[in-house]
Amino acid sequence: MTILRHASAIAIKDLRSEFRTKEALNGALSFSIVILLMIAFAFDTGAELVSDYGGGILWLAFTFASALIVNRSFARELPNDCIDVLVSSPASGAALFLGKSIASFLLLVVIESICLPVFGVFFNVTWWRNPSQLALVVLLGSWAMACMGTVFSALTINLRLREVMLPMLMYPMLIPAVLSAMTLTNYLMQPGPLPPDYAQWMRMLVGFDIIFTTLALALVETILVR
Amino acid sequence: MSQPAVEAAGVWKYFGDYPALREVSFQLRGGECLALLGRNGAGKTTLLRILAGLSGASKGAVKIHNGDVRASETRARIGWLGHAIGLYDELSARENLTAFGALYGVSMAAIQEWLERVSLNHVADSPVREYSRGMRQRLAVARAFVHAPDLLLFDEPFTSLDDKAIALLQSLLSEARANGATIILSTHQIREAMELASKVALIERGQLAHFGPRTEAMLGDPSYIYRTFGTAA
Repeated sequence: MTILRHASAIAIKDLRSEFRTKEALNGALSFSIVILLMIAFAFDTGAELVSDYGGGILWLAFTFASALIVNRSFARELPNDCIDVLVSSPASGAALFLGKSIASFLLLVVIESICLPVFGVFFNVTWWRNPSQLALVVLLGSWAMACMGTVFSALTINLRLREVMLPMLMYPMLIPAVLSAMTLTNYLMQPGPLPPDYAQWMRMLVGFDIIFTTLALALVETILVR
Repeated sequence: MSQPAVEAAGVWKYFGDYPALREVSFQLRGGECLALLGRNGAGKTTLLRILAGLSGASKGAVKIHNGDVRASETRARIGWLGHAIGLYDELSARENLTAFGALYGVSMAAIQEWLERVSLNHVADSPVREYSRGMRQRLAVARAFVHAPDLLLFDEPFTSLDDKAIALLQSLLSEARANGATIILSTHQIREAMELASKVALIERGQLAHFGPRTEAMLGDPSYIYRTFGTAA
Protein backbone atom coordinates (compact mmCIF):
# COMPACT_ATOMS: atom_id res chain seq x y z
CA MET A 1 0.00 0.00 0.00
CA THR A 2 3.06 2.25 0.34
CA ILE A 3 3.21 2.55 -3.44
CA LEU A 4 -0.37 3.88 -3.53
CA ARG A 5 0.37 6.37 -0.71
CA HIS A 6 3.44 7.63 -2.54
CA ALA A 7 1.63 7.70 -5.90
CA SER A 8 -1.27 9.72 -4.48
CA ALA A 9 1.16 12.21 -2.85
CA ILE A 10 2.90 12.70 -6.21
CA ALA A 11 -0.42 13.00 -8.10
CA ILE A 12 -1.74 15.58 -5.61
CA LYS A 13 1.49 17.58 -5.86
CA ASP A 14 1.38 17.51 -9.69
CA LEU A 15 -2.29 18.54 -9.83
CA ARG A 16 -1.70 21.33 -7.31
CA SER A 17 1.25 22.62 -9.39
CA GLU A 18 -0.75 22.41 -12.61
CA PHE A 19 -3.86 24.13 -11.28
CA ARG A 20 -1.59 26.86 -9.86
CA THR A 21 0.09 27.60 -13.22
CA LYS A 22 -2.42 26.06 -15.70
CA GLU A 23 0.46 25.81 -18.19
CA ALA A 24 -0.45 22.44 -19.70
CA LEU A 25 -4.18 22.66 -19.07
CA ASN A 26 -4.77 25.95 -20.89
CA GLY A 27 -2.51 24.97 -23.80
CA ALA A 28 -4.01 21.52 -24.27
CA LEU A 29 -7.61 22.69 -23.93
CA SER A 30 -7.32 25.56 -26.36
CA PHE A 31 -5.33 23.41 -28.81
CA SER A 32 -7.91 20.62 -28.85
CA ILE A 33 -10.80 23.07 -29.29
CA VAL A 34 -8.96 24.78 -32.16
CA ILE A 35 -8.45 21.39 -33.85
CA LEU A 36 -12.18 20.61 -33.57
CA LEU A 37 -13.04 24.08 -34.86
CA MET A 38 -10.63 23.84 -37.81
CA ILE A 39 -11.96 20.43 -38.87
CA ALA A 40 -15.55 21.69 -38.54
CA PHE A 41 -14.77 24.61 -40.87
CA ALA A 42 -12.41 22.78 -43.23
CA PHE A 43 -14.68 19.86 -44.13
CA ASP A 44 -18.31 19.58 -45.04
CA THR A 45 -19.17 17.36 -42.10
CA GLY A 46 -22.68 16.16 -42.76
CA ALA A 47 -24.44 13.85 -40.30
CA GLU A 48 -23.42 10.76 -42.30
CA LEU A 49 -19.74 11.68 -42.38
CA VAL A 50 -19.65 12.47 -38.68
CA SER A 51 -21.23 9.15 -37.74
CA ASP A 52 -18.43 7.41 -39.67
CA TYR A 53 -15.52 9.67 -38.71
CA GLY A 54 -16.66 11.43 -35.52
CA GLY A 55 -14.62 9.13 -33.28
CA GLY A 56 -11.54 9.80 -35.39
CA ILE A 57 -12.00 13.58 -35.20
CA LEU A 58 -12.56 13.46 -31.46
CA TRP A 59 -9.58 11.20 -30.67
CA LEU A 60 -7.34 13.22 -32.97
CA ALA A 61 -8.02 16.24 -30.74
CA PHE A 62 -7.57 14.17 -27.57
CA THR A 63 -4.29 12.66 -28.78
CA PHE A 64 -2.78 16.05 -29.61
CA ALA A 65 -3.93 17.38 -26.22
CA SER A 66 -2.36 14.38 -24.48
CA ALA A 67 1.11 15.17 -25.88
CA LEU A 68 0.94 18.64 -24.32
CA ILE A 69 -0.24 17.26 -20.98
CA VAL A 70 2.28 14.42 -20.63
CA ASN A 71 5.11 16.59 -21.88
CA ARG A 72 4.77 18.67 -18.70
CA SER A 73 4.62 15.55 -16.53
CA PHE A 74 8.38 15.16 -16.02
CA ALA A 75 9.37 18.56 -17.46
CA ARG A 76 7.73 20.01 -14.33
CA GLU A 77 10.50 18.39 -12.28
CA LEU A 78 13.37 19.99 -14.23
CA PRO A 79 13.50 23.52 -12.75
CA ASN A 80 15.49 23.40 -9.49
CA ASP A 81 16.31 19.69 -10.09
CA CYS A 82 13.18 18.51 -8.24
CA ILE A 83 13.51 15.18 -10.06
CA ASP A 84 16.63 14.41 -7.98
CA VAL A 85 14.71 14.93 -4.76
CA LEU A 86 11.93 12.62 -5.96
CA VAL A 87 14.32 9.90 -7.17
CA SER A 88 16.32 10.02 -3.92
CA SER A 89 13.11 9.78 -1.84
CA PRO A 90 11.69 6.43 -0.67
CA ALA A 91 9.07 6.58 -3.43
CA SER A 92 9.87 3.86 -5.96
CA GLY A 93 10.07 4.48 -9.69
CA ALA A 94 6.75 2.64 -10.00
CA ALA A 95 5.08 5.00 -7.49
CA LEU A 96 6.51 7.99 -9.31
CA PHE A 97 5.22 6.66 -12.65
CA LEU A 98 1.81 5.83 -11.19
CA GLY A 99 1.41 9.23 -9.50
CA LYS A 100 2.38 11.12 -12.62
CA SER A 101 0.15 8.95 -14.84
CA ILE A 102 -2.83 9.52 -12.53
CA ALA A 103 -2.29 13.31 -12.58
CA SER A 104 -2.00 13.37 -16.40
CA PHE A 105 -5.03 11.08 -16.70
CA LEU A 106 -7.18 13.37 -14.55
CA LEU A 107 -6.07 16.45 -16.50
CA LEU A 108 -6.91 14.67 -19.76
CA VAL A 109 -10.34 13.72 -18.45
CA VAL A 110 -11.00 17.39 -17.58
CA ILE A 111 -10.07 18.41 -21.14
CA GLU A 112 -12.15 15.63 -22.70
CA SER A 113 -15.20 16.52 -20.58
CA ILE A 114 -15.05 20.04 -22.00
CA CYS A 115 -14.26 18.93 -25.58
CA LEU A 116 -17.11 16.42 -25.87
CA PRO A 117 -19.96 18.98 -25.66
CA VAL A 118 -17.96 21.36 -27.89
CA PHE A 119 -17.63 18.54 -30.42
CA GLY A 120 -21.41 17.94 -30.20
CA VAL A 121 -22.13 21.61 -30.94
CA PHE A 122 -19.57 22.05 -33.78
CA PHE A 123 -20.54 18.84 -35.59
CA ASN A 124 -24.21 18.66 -34.57
CA VAL A 125 -23.78 15.13 -33.21
CA THR A 126 -25.75 13.25 -30.58
CA TRP A 127 -22.76 11.87 -28.69
CA TRP A 128 -24.63 10.80 -25.53
CA ARG A 129 -26.52 7.77 -26.92
CA ASN A 130 -24.53 5.37 -24.67
CA PRO A 131 -23.16 7.65 -21.95
CA SER A 132 -21.79 4.96 -19.61
CA GLN A 133 -20.13 3.01 -22.47
CA LEU A 134 -18.69 6.20 -23.92
CA ALA A 135 -17.35 7.22 -20.51
CA LEU A 136 -15.66 3.81 -20.22
CA VAL A 137 -14.01 4.17 -23.65
CA VAL A 138 -12.88 7.72 -22.87
CA LEU A 139 -11.41 6.61 -19.51
CA LEU A 140 -9.61 3.58 -21.00
CA GLY A 141 -8.29 5.58 -23.95
CA SER A 142 -7.15 8.40 -21.67
CA TRP A 143 -5.33 5.98 -19.36
CA ALA A 144 -3.52 4.50 -22.39
CA MET A 145 -2.34 7.97 -23.44
CA ALA A 146 -1.42 9.03 -19.88
CA CYS A 147 0.44 5.80 -19.12
CA MET A 148 2.35 5.59 -22.40
CA GLY A 149 2.99 9.34 -22.43
CA THR A 150 4.39 9.34 -18.89
CA VAL A 151 6.95 6.65 -19.78
CA PHE A 152 8.11 8.60 -22.83
CA SER A 153 8.06 11.84 -20.84
CA ALA A 154 10.54 10.20 -18.40
CA LEU A 155 12.64 8.90 -21.31
CA THR A 156 12.86 12.27 -23.05
CA ILE A 157 13.25 14.44 -19.94
CA ASN A 158 16.89 15.32 -20.65
CA LEU A 159 16.55 15.80 -24.41
CA ARG A 160 16.78 19.31 -25.83
CA LEU A 161 14.08 18.58 -28.41
CA ARG A 162 11.80 16.71 -26.06
CA GLU A 163 8.67 18.58 -27.24
CA VAL A 164 9.30 17.10 -30.70
CA MET A 165 10.68 13.74 -29.65
CA LEU A 166 7.87 12.90 -27.22
CA PRO A 167 5.02 12.81 -29.80
CA MET A 168 7.31 11.15 -32.37
CA LEU A 169 7.96 8.29 -29.96
CA MET A 170 4.55 8.19 -28.32
CA TYR A 171 2.12 8.36 -31.26
CA PRO A 172 3.26 5.23 -33.12
CA MET A 173 3.12 3.22 -29.91
CA LEU A 174 -0.39 4.52 -29.19
CA ILE A 175 -1.86 3.40 -32.53
CA PRO A 176 -3.58 0.23 -31.23
CA ALA A 177 -5.20 2.11 -28.32
CA VAL A 178 -6.26 5.15 -30.36
CA LEU A 179 -7.56 2.95 -33.19
CA SER A 180 -9.68 0.96 -30.71
CA ALA A 181 -10.95 4.12 -28.99
CA MET A 182 -11.82 5.76 -32.37
CA THR A 183 -13.72 2.69 -33.59
CA LEU A 184 -15.57 2.20 -30.31
CA THR A 185 -16.51 5.91 -30.16
CA ASN A 186 -17.86 5.72 -33.74
CA TYR A 187 -19.97 2.70 -32.82
CA LEU A 188 -21.31 4.42 -29.71
CA MET A 189 -22.36 7.54 -31.64
CA GLN A 190 -24.35 5.60 -34.20
CA PRO A 191 -28.02 4.80 -33.60
CA GLY A 192 -29.11 1.17 -33.27
CA PRO A 193 -27.54 -1.86 -31.57
CA LEU A 194 -23.78 -2.18 -31.13
CA PRO A 195 -22.00 -4.23 -33.85
CA PRO A 196 -20.68 -7.72 -33.02
CA ASP A 197 -17.00 -6.69 -33.13
CA TYR A 198 -17.56 -4.07 -30.40
CA ALA A 199 -16.38 -6.46 -27.68
CA GLN A 200 -13.25 -7.31 -29.71
CA TRP A 201 -12.20 -3.64 -29.93
CA MET A 202 -12.98 -3.18 -26.25
CA ARG A 203 -10.78 -6.19 -25.38
CA MET A 204 -7.96 -4.67 -27.42
CA LEU A 205 -8.20 -1.36 -25.55
CA VAL A 206 -8.35 -3.06 -22.13
CA GLY A 207 -5.48 -5.38 -23.10
CA PHE A 208 -3.35 -2.43 -24.22
CA ASP A 209 -3.91 -0.68 -20.89
CA ILE A 210 -3.05 -3.76 -18.84
CA ILE A 211 0.06 -4.72 -20.85
CA PHE A 212 1.57 -1.26 -21.03
CA THR A 213 0.80 -0.35 -17.42
CA THR A 214 2.52 -3.55 -16.27
CA LEU A 215 5.51 -2.99 -18.56
CA ALA A 216 5.87 0.64 -17.47
CA LEU A 217 5.70 -0.26 -13.77
CA ALA A 218 8.46 -2.81 -14.29
CA LEU A 219 10.76 -0.65 -16.42
CA VAL A 220 10.44 2.89 -15.11
CA GLU A 221 13.07 2.48 -12.34
CA THR A 222 15.69 1.71 -15.01
CA ILE A 223 14.71 4.83 -16.93
CA LEU A 224 14.97 7.12 -13.88
CA VAL A 225 18.33 5.95 -12.45
CA ARG A 226 21.06 6.24 -15.08
CA MET B 1 32.91 -3.01 15.62
CA SER B 2 29.72 -1.44 14.24
CA GLN B 3 28.79 -1.58 10.55
CA PRO B 4 29.92 1.42 8.48
CA ALA B 5 27.16 3.94 7.74
CA VAL B 6 28.57 4.56 4.25
CA GLU B 7 30.78 2.20 2.33
CA ALA B 8 32.14 2.77 -1.18
CA ALA B 9 34.20 -0.10 -2.57
CA GLY B 10 36.13 0.36 -5.83
CA VAL B 11 33.59 2.73 -7.36
CA TRP B 12 34.11 3.68 -11.01
CA LYS B 13 31.82 5.87 -13.06
CA TYR B 14 32.16 6.30 -16.81
CA PHE B 15 30.45 8.95 -18.93
CA GLY B 16 30.99 7.40 -22.34
CA ASP B 17 34.71 6.53 -22.35
CA TYR B 18 35.61 9.18 -19.78
CA PRO B 19 36.13 7.87 -16.22
CA ALA B 20 34.59 10.51 -13.93
CA LEU B 21 35.39 8.35 -10.88
CA ARG B 22 38.26 5.88 -10.61
CA GLU B 23 38.39 3.19 -7.94
CA VAL B 24 36.98 5.31 -5.12
CA SER B 25 36.89 3.42 -1.83
CA PHE B 26 36.20 4.69 1.69
CA GLN B 27 34.13 3.99 4.78
CA LEU B 28 32.35 6.31 7.20
CA ARG B 29 30.86 5.36 10.55
CA GLY B 30 27.69 6.80 12.12
CA GLY B 31 28.17 10.33 13.49
CA GLU B 32 31.13 11.13 11.23
CA CYS B 33 31.21 14.18 8.97
CA LEU B 34 33.22 14.05 5.75
CA ALA B 35 34.26 17.22 3.94
CA LEU B 36 34.59 16.25 0.29
CA LEU B 37 36.96 18.70 -1.39
CA GLY B 38 38.20 19.06 -4.92
CA ARG B 39 38.41 21.41 -7.89
CA ASN B 40 35.48 21.88 -10.29
CA GLY B 41 34.95 18.72 -12.34
CA ALA B 42 36.98 16.54 -9.96
CA GLY B 43 34.05 14.13 -9.43
CA LYS B 44 32.56 15.30 -6.11
CA THR B 45 29.01 15.66 -7.38
CA THR B 46 29.21 12.39 -9.32
CA LEU B 47 30.25 10.59 -6.13
CA LEU B 48 27.49 12.22 -4.09
CA ARG B 49 24.89 11.32 -6.73
CA ILE B 50 25.98 7.69 -6.64
CA LEU B 51 25.79 7.67 -2.82
CA ALA B 52 22.27 9.17 -3.03
CA GLY B 53 21.15 6.51 -5.51
CA LEU B 54 20.57 9.08 -8.25
CA SER B 55 23.12 7.47 -10.51
CA GLY B 56 24.51 3.96 -10.71
CA ALA B 57 28.20 3.08 -10.37
CA SER B 58 29.74 1.64 -13.56
CA LYS B 59 31.90 -0.67 -11.42
CA GLY B 60 32.20 -1.24 -7.70
CA ALA B 61 29.58 -1.06 -4.98
CA VAL B 62 28.04 1.41 -2.57
CA LYS B 63 26.32 0.38 0.64
CA ILE B 64 24.42 2.60 3.04
CA HIS B 65 23.96 1.06 6.49
CA ASN B 66 24.92 -2.21 4.84
CA GLY B 67 21.90 -1.97 2.50
CA ASP B 68 21.36 -1.34 -1.19
CA VAL B 69 21.23 2.39 -1.87
CA ARG B 70 18.20 1.97 -4.16
CA ALA B 71 16.18 0.13 -1.50
CA SER B 72 13.22 2.21 -0.32
CA GLU B 73 14.16 1.77 3.38
CA THR B 74 17.69 3.03 2.66
CA ARG B 75 16.50 6.09 0.74
CA ALA B 76 14.09 6.98 3.56
CA ARG B 77 17.23 7.55 5.70
CA ILE B 78 18.94 9.91 3.24
CA GLY B 79 18.64 13.70 3.21
CA TRP B 80 19.75 15.10 -0.16
CA LEU B 81 20.60 18.69 -1.01
CA GLY B 82 22.06 19.15 -4.48
CA HIS B 83 23.34 22.14 -6.45
CA ALA B 84 19.76 23.26 -7.09
CA ILE B 85 17.23 23.75 -4.31
CA GLY B 86 14.83 20.96 -5.34
CA LEU B 87 11.67 22.99 -4.70
CA TYR B 88 8.63 23.90 -6.78
CA ASP B 89 8.50 27.65 -7.44
CA GLU B 90 4.73 27.73 -7.92
CA LEU B 91 4.01 26.07 -4.55
CA SER B 92 4.35 27.67 -1.14
CA ALA B 93 6.94 26.65 1.47
CA ARG B 94 4.29 24.71 3.38
CA GLU B 95 3.02 22.96 0.22
CA ASN B 96 6.58 22.04 -0.79
CA LEU B 97 7.38 20.53 2.60
CA THR B 98 3.99 18.79 2.70
CA ALA B 99 4.54 17.30 -0.77
CA PHE B 100 8.00 15.93 0.04
CA GLY B 101 7.08 15.10 3.65
CA ALA B 102 4.21 12.90 2.40
CA LEU B 103 6.76 10.60 0.75
CA TYR B 104 8.47 10.08 4.14
CA GLY B 105 5.33 10.02 6.32
CA VAL B 106 6.24 13.32 8.02
CA SER B 107 3.55 14.89 10.23
CA MET B 108 2.17 18.43 9.74
CA ALA B 109 3.51 19.31 13.20
CA ALA B 110 7.05 18.46 12.08
CA ILE B 111 6.58 20.58 8.95
CA GLN B 112 5.41 23.54 11.05
CA GLU B 113 8.37 23.06 13.39
CA TRP B 114 10.85 23.17 10.49
CA LEU B 115 9.21 26.26 8.98
CA GLU B 116 9.81 27.97 12.31
CA ARG B 117 13.38 26.66 12.64
CA VAL B 118 14.40 28.14 9.29
CA SER B 119 12.46 31.37 10.06
CA LEU B 120 10.03 31.04 7.14
CA ASN B 121 6.85 30.74 9.15
CA HIS B 122 5.72 34.28 8.29
CA VAL B 123 5.90 33.57 4.52
CA ALA B 124 4.98 29.87 4.67
CA ASP B 125 1.94 30.28 2.41
CA SER B 126 3.54 32.49 -0.24
CA PRO B 127 4.81 30.91 -3.46
CA VAL B 128 8.52 30.06 -3.39
CA ARG B 129 9.07 32.13 -6.57
CA GLU B 130 8.57 35.25 -4.42
CA TYR B 131 11.38 34.29 -2.00
CA SER B 132 14.88 35.72 -1.96
CA ARG B 133 17.78 33.39 -2.80
CA GLY B 134 18.70 32.97 0.85
CA MET B 135 15.11 32.14 1.84
CA ARG B 136 14.91 29.52 -0.92
CA GLN B 137 18.15 27.97 0.29
CA ARG B 138 16.88 27.89 3.89
CA LEU B 139 13.70 26.16 2.71
CA ALA B 140 15.82 23.65 0.79
CA VAL B 141 17.73 22.93 4.01
CA ALA B 142 14.43 22.38 5.85
CA ARG B 143 13.32 20.04 3.05
CA ALA B 144 16.50 17.98 3.43
CA PHE B 145 16.13 17.76 7.23
CA VAL B 146 12.35 17.44 7.64
CA HIS B 147 12.26 13.62 7.74
CA ALA B 148 15.10 13.37 10.30
CA PRO B 149 17.53 11.51 7.99
CA ASP B 150 20.57 9.75 9.42
CA LEU B 151 22.69 10.29 6.30
CA LEU B 152 22.97 13.82 4.95
CA LEU B 153 24.44 14.28 1.46
CA PHE B 154 24.92 17.98 0.79
CA ASP B 155 26.43 19.36 -2.40
CA GLU B 156 27.70 22.95 -1.96
CA PRO B 157 25.23 23.71 0.85
CA PHE B 158 26.83 27.04 1.86
CA THR B 159 26.50 28.60 -1.59
CA SER B 160 24.33 31.74 -1.63
CA LEU B 161 23.73 31.65 2.13
CA ASP B 162 24.32 34.79 4.19
CA ASP B 163 26.30 34.69 7.46
CA LYS B 164 23.20 34.11 9.57
CA ALA B 165 22.01 31.26 7.36
CA ILE B 166 25.49 29.67 7.34
CA ALA B 167 25.48 29.73 11.15
CA LEU B 168 21.99 28.16 11.16
CA LEU B 169 23.05 25.41 8.75
CA GLN B 170 26.20 24.70 10.75
CA SER B 171 24.20 24.41 13.95
CA LEU B 172 21.66 22.09 12.28
CA LEU B 173 24.46 19.89 10.92
CA SER B 174 26.24 19.83 14.31
CA GLU B 175 22.97 18.86 16.00
CA ALA B 176 22.33 16.11 13.43
CA ARG B 177 25.87 14.80 13.94
CA ALA B 178 25.45 14.83 17.72
CA ASN B 179 22.31 12.73 17.19
CA GLY B 180 24.35 10.14 15.28
CA ALA B 181 23.74 11.25 11.69
CA THR B 182 26.50 10.79 9.13
CA ILE B 183 27.22 13.80 6.94
CA ILE B 184 29.02 14.18 3.63
CA LEU B 185 29.56 17.76 2.45
CA SER B 186 30.97 18.62 -0.93
CA THR B 187 32.15 22.20 -0.84
CA HIS B 188 34.60 24.87 -1.97
CA GLN B 189 34.02 26.81 1.26
CA ILE B 190 36.70 24.96 3.16
CA ARG B 191 36.66 27.04 6.36
CA GLU B 192 32.94 26.39 7.04
CA ALA B 193 33.27 22.69 6.19
CA MET B 194 36.36 22.19 8.36
CA GLU B 195 34.52 23.45 11.44
CA LEU B 196 32.11 20.52 11.07
CA ALA B 197 34.28 17.81 9.54
CA SER B 198 35.78 14.86 11.36
CA LYS B 199 37.21 13.42 8.13
CA VAL B 200 38.48 15.07 4.96
CA ALA B 201 38.66 13.67 1.45
CA LEU B 202 40.36 15.32 -1.51
CA ILE B 203 39.22 14.12 -4.90
CA GLU B 204 41.28 14.85 -8.02
CA ARG B 205 40.41 13.79 -11.56
CA GLY B 206 38.03 11.19 -10.18
CA GLN B 207 40.50 9.64 -7.73
CA LEU B 208 40.75 9.97 -3.98
CA ALA B 209 44.03 11.86 -3.49
CA HIS B 210 43.55 11.92 0.29
CA PHE B 211 41.18 10.44 2.84
CA GLY B 212 41.82 10.88 6.54
CA PRO B 213 40.93 12.66 9.75
CA ARG B 214 40.69 16.42 9.86
CA THR B 215 43.76 17.90 11.55
CA GLU B 216 44.41 21.19 13.30
CA ALA B 217 46.59 22.28 10.38
CA MET B 218 43.60 21.97 8.01
CA LEU B 219 41.42 24.00 10.37
CA GLY B 220 43.77 26.99 10.41
CA ASP B 221 44.75 27.04 6.74
CA PRO B 222 42.06 26.48 4.10
CA SER B 223 44.54 25.79 1.29
CA TYR B 224 46.65 23.38 3.36
CA ILE B 225 44.96 20.25 2.05
CA TYR B 226 45.41 21.26 -1.61
CA ARG B 227 49.07 22.17 -1.02
CA THR B 228 49.87 19.03 0.95
CA PHE B 229 47.91 16.30 -0.81
CA GLY B 230 46.94 17.81 -4.16
CA THR B 231 48.82 17.18 -7.37
CA ALA B 232 46.87 19.49 -9.68
CA ALA B 233 47.24 22.65 -7.59
